Amino acid sequence: MTALLEVEDLHVWFELPHRGELHAVQGVSFSLDPGERMGLVGESGCGKTTSILALMGLLPPNASVQGRVRIDGVDIMAGGEESIRPHRWREVAMVFQGAMNALNPVQRVGTQIIEPMELHGFASGDAAVRRTGELLELVGIPAAAADRYPHEFSGGMRQRAAIAMALACEPKILLADEPTTALDVMVQAQILELLKSLSAELGLALVLVTHDLPVVAQVCQRAAVMYAGRIAEAGPIDVLFHEPRHPYTRLLFAATPDLYGDQQVVSIPGAPPRLDQEMVGCPFRDRCDVVMDVCATVDPALVDVGVDAGPSHLAACHRNDVVSSV
Amino acid sequence: MNEPPLLQVRDLVTTFPLRRGFTGAILRQPREAVHAVDGVSLSVAKGEMVALVGESGCGKTTTAQTIMRQVDATSGSVVFEGRDITALDAGEMRPLRRRMQMIYQDPYESLDPRFRVRDAVIEPLVVHGLAGSKKERETKLIDAMSRAGLTPPELYLDRYPHELSGGQRQRVAIAASLVLEPNLLVADEPVSMLDVSVRAGVLTLLDGLRSRGDMGILMITHDLSTAAHFADRIIVMYLGRIVEEGPARQVVRNPQHPYTRALLSVVPRRDPREQVTPQILVGETPNPVNIPSGCRFQPRCPVAEDRCRTIDPALADAGPDHRAACVLVGEGATR
Repeated sequence: MTALLEVEDLHVWFELPHRGELHAVQGVSFSLDPGERMGLVGESGCGKTTSILALMGLLPPNASVQGRVRIDGVDIMAGGEESIRPHRWREVAMVFQGAMNALNPVQRVGTQIIEPMELHGFASGDAAVRRTGELLELVGIPAAAADRYPHEFSGGMRQRAAIAMALACEPKILLADEPTTALDVMVQAQILELLKSLSAELGLALVLVTHDLPVVAQVCQRAAVMYAGRIAEAGPIDVLFHEPRHPYTRLLFAATPDLYGDQQVVSIPGAPPRLDQEMVGCPFRDRCDVVMDVCATVDPALVDVGVDAGPSHLAACHRNDVVSSV
Repeated sequence: MNEPPLLQVRDLVTTFPLRRGFTGAILRQPREAVHAVDGVSLSVAKGEMVALVGESGCGKTTTAQTIMRQVDATSGSVVFEGRDITALDAGEMRPLRRRMQMIYQDPYESLDPRFRVRDAVIEPLVVHGLAGSKKERETKLIDAMSRAGLTPPELYLDRYPHELSGGQRQRVAIAASLVLEPNLLVADEPVSMLDVSVRAGVLTLLDGLRSRGDMGILMITHDLSTAAHFADRIIVMYLGRIVEEGPARQVVRNPQHPYTRALLSVVPRRDPREQVTPQILVGETPNPVNIPSGCRFQPRCPVAEDRCRTIDPALADAGPDHRAACVLVGEGATR
């Protein structure tokens, strides 16, 4: 059986204005089944947003993309960016970072949800209006609110409207970029519950991009930890927390305070490497607390480190043994 | 405890008048006001870190701004080092500002992009006329940089903000406060703009500053996990009022106010095995122009009773040094 979404060896380069290129995404692969929720986590600049923008074919003109992205076995990037077009919004949709603040202030919310439907030939006229009402109800907003303007909505309602808009053409895959970052905890909890129920009820596959590990721990079944444009470790979220194989994963959890945790939270010294220069060896070695000689010269491959035949657990570390969990 | 606390705030009220509009003025409608802070009392002792937590619009930032005299109080008092500063004019405040410094949320905005680190840290000394001789200045500069964890200082002195990471920028902002040797630091969401990997470093730095010296820290945050880890005491605000306050551990592990309990229940846990059952409150924080009658939390409260619509509960003792403003406190039936 093929997965719903398969991303294989995705690379993204940005051409820099004066010199050279920045290799923002360096061979990212993952797959996703219907109804599955995966977190894509890491520090700013690690390539998580760039990766999902590449899936949407929405990178700026100075970017070049390489790799295979298959939805239901069909390579949507075979013919370059143009071939993504028929799939965008109809099969894979995205809630952008800060989408709640990007609604058009002078257009009624309903009109803004109808627009993608008409543009993509999904529905028009009365059918589109009816579907808008259904979508709003689906995300927890009364259908009558379609006639209101964004400023009449609270922050949480605007984020719900942005999600409704992404769902307009019944996509199978939803990419959500930091969907709760600017929201209060109470509203964050509401939006996360909504995303969970959407994936459970509609079989929607969700990629949740965030720097917030606890959010992923509560919402996703799996996660991929990105570092310097690559996946450092990927696997079931429970395994990542309790049996991390990559020191970066362990240190990220250790840097995250927990409400009832008594352990000291510690920062990770140093900063990620520059991506506009060729990397030799492990990209994390300068910040690693268990670095070895080999790390300076050999780039560790992302290999299966799963103990049994269960869901795959991948890590890119030479140590390749269970590093104690936090 | 004969010595007065470093900071003592009593019954602080800060309101912002709303415009009536043309018809409103003609009809002589009463002027409405936003009660951003509505009767807040708190204190910060030397060597203590107090966290002020709550959702946006609860008045935590306005409380801080009123304490710092960036906004005028409508009533109540702010006593700093035993002196009432509520009504001091700008000239009288000036020498005091050196001793009470603020750290802002966004180190990308709070540093002048054209100032080298050296100049950014020395600037406050110049402003306050404390620059002294070149040698004194240099000593103070190096000392502040080291205390802010920018070591070795020589590595950073001649850099511009754009050459620094977010965590380093926030440390420069902290060094620029420390150079004045303040006794009170008010930190408004000091790490929310920073990457997870460096947050702990900045918070540990603040933690070290207060435990070493005569400094007290009032930290404003929306992140209860951070407050639980680093603060001695937690003060929870809702709609301009304090609804609960107490030792951090007590507030987190034995919350007494239904709002605190709801707020804690929605904080995502780090361990995936500890799934939260969020107790999601209906609606969002009401508009502080129309404050509900009785208990202001009553319309969203999961355990509200009839009497809550008429009784506006005051903070009542819920344990040693632990208070909550709920009619159920002390009746042993708050759960």
